This record gives sequence, C-alpha cells and structure tokens, in this order.
Amino acid sequence: MTTSTRRAVLRTTAWSGLAVAAALAGCTKKDESAPAAASAPASASTAAAPASSASAPLKIAFAYVGPVGDGGWSFAHDNGRKALEKELGAQVQTSFVESVPESADAERVFRDMAAQGNTLIFGTSFGYMEPMLKVAADNKGVRFEHATGYKTSDNLRTYDGRTYEGAYMAGVLAGGMTKTNTIGVVGSIPIPEVIRNIDSYTLGAQSVNPKVKVKVVWVNEWFNPPKETEGAQSLIDGGADVLLQNTDSSAVLQTAEKNGKYAFGWDSDMTHYGPKAHLASAVINWGPYYIKAAKDAINGTWTTGKSWWGVKEGTIDLVSISDKVPADLKAKVDKVKAGLKDGSFAIWKGPISDNAGKEVLKAGATADDAFLGGIKFFVKGVEGQVPGAK
Amino acid sequence: MDTYALLLAATLNAGTVLAIAGLGLLINERAGIVNLGAEGMMLVAAIAGFATAVNTGSDWLAFGAGALAGAIMAAAFGVLVIWLNTNQYASGLALSLFGSGFSAFVGIHYTQERLGARPHFALPWLGDLPFVGPALFRQHPMVYLAILLTAALAWFLYRSRAGLVLRAVGESPESAHALGYPVRRIRLLAVVCGGALCGVAGACISVVYTPLWVEGMVAGKGWIALALTTFASWRPARVLLGAYLFGGVTMLQFHLQGEGVAIPSQLLTMLPYLATIVVLVLISRNPGWIRANMPASLGKPFFPGS
Repeated sequence: MTTSTRRAVLRTTAWSGLAVAAALAGCTKKDESAPAAASAPASASTAAAPASSASAPLKIAFAYVGPVGDGGWSFAHDNGRKALEKELGAQVQTSFVESVPESADAERVFRDMAAQGNTLIFGTSFGYMEPMLKVAADNKGVRFEHATGYKTSDNLRTYDGRTYEGAYMAGVLAGGMTKTNTIGVVGSIPIPEVIRNIDSYTLGAQSVNPKVKVKVVWVNEWFNPPKETEGAQSLIDGGADVLLQNTDSSAVLQTAEKNGKYAFGWDSDMTHYGPKAHLASAVINWGPYYIKAAKDAINGTWTTGKSWWGVKEGTIDLVSISDKVPADLKAKVDKVKAGLKDGSFAIWKGPISDNAGKEVLKAGATADDAFLGGIKFFVKGVEGQVPGAK
Repeated sequence: MDTYALLLAATLNAGTVLAIAGLGLLINERAGIVNLGAEGMMLVAAIAGFATAVNTGSDWLAFGAGALAGAIMAAAFGVLVIWLNTNQYASGLALSLFGSGFSAFVGIHYTQERLGARPHFALPWLGDLPFVGPALFRQHPMVYLAILLTAALAWFLYRSRAGLVLRAVGESPESAHALGYPVRRIRLLAVVCGGALCGVAGACISVVYTPLWVEGMVAGKGWIALALTTFASWRPARVLLGAYLFGGVTMLQFHLQGEGVAIPSQLLTMLPYLATIVVLVLISRNPGWIRANMPASLGKPFFPGS
C-alpha cells in the first residue's frame, strides 16, 4: 500500500509537470513559428540585394489579446502586421504572440519580447497599459506602442482608431433599416472607447430616425462567443432588430442571421459569416499606422505622442454595404464618409444631451479629443445606465 | 408577456448544453472518477462537430462526431487514471489544456467557415399555443432530448441493476471488486459515456447554440458543468434544474440590462457559483449528508488486490 501510494505521488508530480510543460509549449509555439515564417522572405531578399539591406532588419513584435482567428479585432491587427511586412519587406522582421491575457502574464510577454531583441513592440489591447508602462521604463532602448490606451512615457506612445466614426456610419444604416425603432448593442467592457461607440451609433441612427431607441447589454468580456450569443438573443427578444457589437467575434452577426434580423461586422469584414443579416462592416485598417510607426523607427524620427486616426487617414471605413440598403440611405452614409474625410463634418457637434436630460455639449460646440476620450455617459436615446456610473 | 415567453425559451436553450455536459460528468462521478477535462473534451468535440456539419451538412452526424471525439479523449483519460492510477485532478487539467490547444490547432482552417441556414423547429399544434408555444415548444430537438436523457439516467441509476452496480463502484470499489464486478472496466465505460455526452454538448455549442468555430469558444461552459454536478449533489433531476437555473440567471441578467434595470450584471453572473459553494458547505456540514450525496470514492484511485 505504501509503495503504491508513493508511486501515485510520483505519478502525480510527473503528470502535473507534464501539464505545466504542455501549457508552456502552448504559449510559446506560435510566437516561434511566426518569426520563422517572417524570416524566409527576409533572407530571400538579402540574397537578391546584399548591399542595400546589409543592416539588420528592425525586429517588431505584436501582442494580441485574442486568437488571430477571431475574425475581428486581433484578426484586423494581424492584417495590419501583414501589410507592414509586405510594404517594408526585408527592412523588418515581425513576430506575434496571440491570446495574451490582460493580467500579470502580459508583463512577462512584453519582457520576453524586449529580451528577444525586438526594438518596436505593439500591444494591441487597453488592458496592457500598466504592464507596458512598467516594461517600457525598464527597457529604454525599446520603443513601445500601445493601442487604445491613454498613458504615455518617453518610449511609450499610444495609437488608436476612431472606431466611433464607423459606429456612427453603421448607426445611420441601423436607423434607416429598423422596423421596430429599437436597435441594440452588445457591449464588451464599459470603458470610454466602447461607450463612445454606443453613443455614436445612437447619434447616427437618430440622424435619420429621431424615434429610434437603443438597448445595450454588457458581456464584460472582449471575447466569449456563447455569451455574445446570449446577449444578442436577449436584445432580439426585447424587440431590437438591428444589432451592433463592440466585442471581438462574429457571434452577434450569426445570432441575427439565425433570427432573421440585421447586424454589422465589427473591426473586420464579416460579410460571409451572415450574408443575409450583414448590413455593412465597420472595419479598422491598421496597416497605414503600422507602416508609419516602423518607418519612424527605421528613420530615427520616432518620438512619443498620441495618434488617433480615422476615416481621414484611411484607418476607419464602412465596407461591404448590403444590397438590401436602399440607395438614398447609402447616399447618406457616403455623404458622412466624405464629410469625415475632408473634415467638413463632425459627429460630436452640439447640442447633445445625455440620457438623463443634462446638456453635455452646447449648441454649435464641437467636441475635442479630450472630451471624446472621457465619455462616460449615454446620450439621449440609449436606455439604461452606464454600469458603475453614479 | 411575450418577452417572458422568449426569456423562458432562451433559458431552456442556454441550460440544455450545461445539462447534457453535467449529466455526462455525473455518470463519471457516480463511478468515482472526477474528470476536470470537460472543457477540453467539449472544445475538441465542438471543432469535430463543426467540421462534420460543414462537410456533410448534417447536424445529427455532427452530434455523432462530437460524441465520438469526446469518447476518444475520455477513453485516453480513463486508461491513464484507471489503469495507470495517475492523479485524476492533474490528468483532467492536462486533458483540458491539451483539448484547448489541440482544438485550436486542428480548427485553424475552420474559423472562416460558416454553416448553412439554421433550421427552425416547432412542434405541430403545441408550437402555436399562446405563450407556452413560443416559450416551450419551438425549441431545438436537443432541448427535449436533454429532458428525456435526464429521466433515462435517473431510471438507470436508481431503478436498474446496472445502475446499482455503477453506484456501488463509485461508493466502494473494494466491495464491488470483492463481489466480482470488473471495477476498472465499469469505470472506463462510465468515463467514456460521460465523455461522449460532454462531446454532444460541445457539438451543440458549435452547431446549434453559437453556429461558428473560433478557438476557446466553449468559454468556460465545461467548468460550469463541473460546478453543476456538485451543485446538484449528484442527482440527475437536480442537474437539469440547476442547468436551467444557471442558464436562466445568464439570460435574466442580459434581459435586465436590455430593459435598463440598474442591477450590476456581475452580481447576477456570480450567483450560480455562490450557490454552488453554499451547497458544498451545506453538504459538508453533516456527515450523513455527505454519505447520502457524494459518491464515497470520488477522486480516489482504486488498486484491485491491495
């Protein structure tokens, strides 16, 4: 009995060791394969043009919050990474780590990236803010770029897409297409970025349909397809017939498809996930920014700061508008897009009041970026309260 | 009125996946085996089911493929813990980690795929009744199968001889062994059946509930099913009720949010787990209750002849 117990203990230890090893292997296998794939074209072109690319390529690393295959947020970032590789070829060598949790693990991943010799590091989720600040302070020679954050330092700058512009354009379509005058949003986490998108979606809908009401549910996660489905289903059950999601998968669109309602693609073009339900996709094209950032680093012109690119810079767009959208509604979206592009149109222009009736933006006033960055209220037309608001 | 019918319908729908997986784990645990690999088995079954549905267009074949995938993973786990006497908890965790990695690996090319039009179901006549029609009788067949399964499992455990043997193996493998029952083979059979049911639940998620494949899409439902068996104190009917309760709380918190009711959604989300802990505490307070409810050899290895 004693020997077998001891054997059992030994086996337990061995198996837990294996389990841990398996977990670690799972974490590292992908970021190793990526540089290997990336180095192939690099070596090919050094052979072709030895003189010009004699200097070592700029090593760039990306941390994604979800799997590249989410078809949404992380997928869009990875498309940006690929655009960067295509544009700069042998001058850069990129790698990525996917599904990096917004926890203490993130810090470890960023330290690893710096230790592996990457000199430009992109963190693509809001929750990486504090870990990146810490790691940036310890690695002064490395340049860090944080998506959607608001804290910067000497070697940490932020970049973001004006996703609310896409949300507004989607809202225009939603306001025109709804039959119940009730539209819905599946929200992820109630931070200013997401609240601003919900508000802008509402403003867009109201611009063509003043009677429209907006219902919101929060799943409190960026990526949880079953929960996103449940949230979407409850909105549909509550009478919403056009849905937008600020989450990272295509589950909401597919739920709308199943129920014969309308929805949008978010971050990436999601047409094929729900061809009947899909009205349009509000996409983010990170390529132009990633190319600019890499060029800054290569040319030695990289300085800290904050970038917030939108329709104007080609980062935000509303694409693949469905044939079901009538031509006059489509024309309204095109007009908004053109106005955003040449700067003649502002989404956040007073008078705007919150859903408690308080005026937040006076008539004629246009919101500046500081105002937009701190939106913690729902505009008139959105039902309910922002979670955690007083 | 109609909103409540739809809320009820969504609750049954949300509870079904949990019920099927929970019943599978209940069979395991009644035989004395804890399988923490539920999440991993469900993920592998989800991709197996989704791939089958994409390639054959048949949901029923997809459930079959899910069951097979779950059974194979469970069989591997069973051989490890029953014959090689590895620690059940560590092996189960390893199975979960393996399953999530493996499913992501084989599913790479399926994230862009989509299933054809999803069928709508409605029972003739009953589906047209006011209120109860939309609430109860327009569900996917799996919802009704889960209820039948619960009844069948309850009958099996408490009314059949084979069920008595299964429970005996879980309560006192030594006694069952002394009576001449092949304890290890019975345990393996229970583990495989449990794995198959977890597999059906996994396929349900990717084919019916959220018809798509993305890695990690089971998103914790396997762990909830594990909590559910404890919450239900290892009784089939309670597993079903618990599943509807867990599913109902999720749907209710979304419903309240949509209505703009100011209750923090996080509070409602944590209630099922709080209830699980309360049940555990209640059971553990009284030795009689422990004996009456928890399979006595749960999680303990069995060495025949020692």
